[in-house]
Amino acid sequence: MLTPRQDYNRRARRRSIFIAAASTAAAISLLLLLIPLSPGWAAVQKSFFNAEIFAKSFPVLLRAFVLDVAIFLWCAPLIALWGLAIALCRDARAPALYPLRLFGALYTDVFRGVPVILIVYLIGFGVPGLGLPRPWNSPYIWGSLALILTYSAYVAEIFRSGIDSVHASQRSAAASLGLSDWHVMRDVVLPQAVRRVAPANMNMLIALQKDVALLSFIGPVEILRQAGVYKSLYANFTPYVAAAVIFLVVTIPATRFADRMLARQQKQRS
Amino acid sequence: MNEKLRLKNVHKSFGAQKVCHGIDLTVNEGETICLIGASGSGKSTLLRCINLLEDIDEGMILLDGADISKPGLDPQPVRQRIGIVFQSFNLFPHMTAVENVMLAPRRVHGLSRAELRPRVETLFERFGLADRMQSYPDQLSGGQQQRVAIVRALAMEPEIMLLDEITSALDPELVGEVLDVLRQLRQQGMTMILATHEMKFAREVADKVCFLDKGVILEEGPAEQIFGAPEKNRTRDFLRRVL
Ligand SMILES: Nc1ncnc2c1ncn2[C@@H]1O[C@H](COP(=O)(O)OP(=O)(O)OP(=O)(O)O)[C@@H](O)[C@H]1O
Ligand SMILES: [Mg+2]
Repeated sequence: MLTPRQDYNRRARRRSIFIAAASTAAAISLLLLLIPLSPGWAAVQKSFFNAEIFAKSFPVLLRAFVLDVAIFLWCAPLIALWGLAIALCRDARAPALYPLRLFGALYTDVFRGVPVILIVYLIGFGVPGLGLPRPWNSPYIWGSLALILTYSAYVAEIFRSGIDSVHASQRSAAASLGLSDWHVMRDVVLPQAVRRVAPANMNMLIALQKDVALLSFIGPVEILRQAGVYKSLYANFTPYVAAAVIFLVVTIPATRFADRMLARQQKQRS
Repeated sequence: MNEKLRLKNVHKSFGAQKVCHGIDLTVNEGETICLIGASGSGKSTLLRCINLLEDIDEGMILLDGADISKPGLDPQPVRQRIGIVFQSFNLFPHMTAVENVMLAPRRVHGLSRAELRPRVETLFERFGLADRMQSYPDQLSGGQQQRVAIVRALAMEPEIMLLDEITSALDPELVGEVLDVLRQLRQQGMTMILATHEMKFAREVADKVCFLDKGVILEEGPAEQIFGAPEKNRTRDFLRRVL
């Protein structure tokens, strides 16, 4: 048996779901009606939404996407480690470690100040240009390195904000027990910091997943480059749309997940 | 009686604000000293200085006759001998109670969890926390958290315990259980310095009560004397206000 309040809430909820569904349906039908009426629609449909070309390119693009995923999978942990190392450098207090601190600051300034694509070009073309022997001339290695270097600068700043957010009383409590600075950091500060910035880092991962496509500019035939090949082959942009769909299938759930994580954390803290 | 800790002419300021203005204090082994005084009189600061969480500007702090306040001295070994319990608990929120307690002995003395287990279990039992070992701090009541914080400090087997208003964040019904813990410690002969607003308790357990005012110990003596027949006007005023 429902109380009057529960009954009222349930009816109110049903009502708002109904209104939301109806207005969404109306908006979508309007778009579907209006867009085909625009003068260039026929041409756009042919060159961007060609079902036949979509069907033909999709499986191959999906296979090329495996390479994106692979690059992502080996870059992500290295970014986390290197980003953390940079964050710790920037946090080093001892005077003897001042060079590390300086390095950390310079590093984050430089790599956050230059567009990713430029770093990809500079390292991806520059280093193999030194005439290194195989496999050290591979664009996979140097392209990945470019991503790792750039992303770890951002991730380092995220970690640092997390480290700063751990209250000083936690540090004194740990120090008062006789723990060394390193153990205070490793056992008390870092675990709390890393947890706190997990949602922000999740967003970096999503951005990275997309930026892997930048490596297409220096050689690896991943999804974006494969789509480019098909575009030229069929003289049609549909492969790009297919590639976008594949990205969205991965990034939308990931984004939702990150948002949920953030919301949960905010709820916990309030 | 053996002299355990001695403060000689300790000065401490934060910027232009002078908090300690020449503090002298002697603590004998097994003694319980209560610091009383108005809010902002420097009780917490003094305790933090003794634990070397703050550097003093002038003066000396002697532990078993050795100067521990010498600039440049490694504070870690000293902190291992002096436990401090904070007013706000400061448990590590990402660890269970038992992990909170085991962390320092594991890292500092290199003991394993298995080696520590019996001793830590005994401590938890002694403080009525036997069924709370696996709880996270936010699953514990204030009184339980405070007792875990005390157990955490005790697990390092300190020679002196500094307790900073450890009951002031607690509901009155929880105060009792924490004070019981202090009585136990006192019976076991632990040397303790506590900053407190619990005058009743200070009266009961303190071997010596020190009244802090304007950065100095204005008056000190046995509890009966300070509470019964204070010599200084300021002490009398303060006691009239809080009692
Ligand atoms: N880290 C700090 N930086 C600047 N000022 C400080 C700092 N810590 C304490 N103070 C100041 O020193 C004075 C003494 O503070 P302290 O916390 O020692 O007082 P207290 O006697 O413990 O007070 P309470 O009974 O309210 O806990 C206060 O005026 C405070 O503002
Ligand atoms: Mg205080």
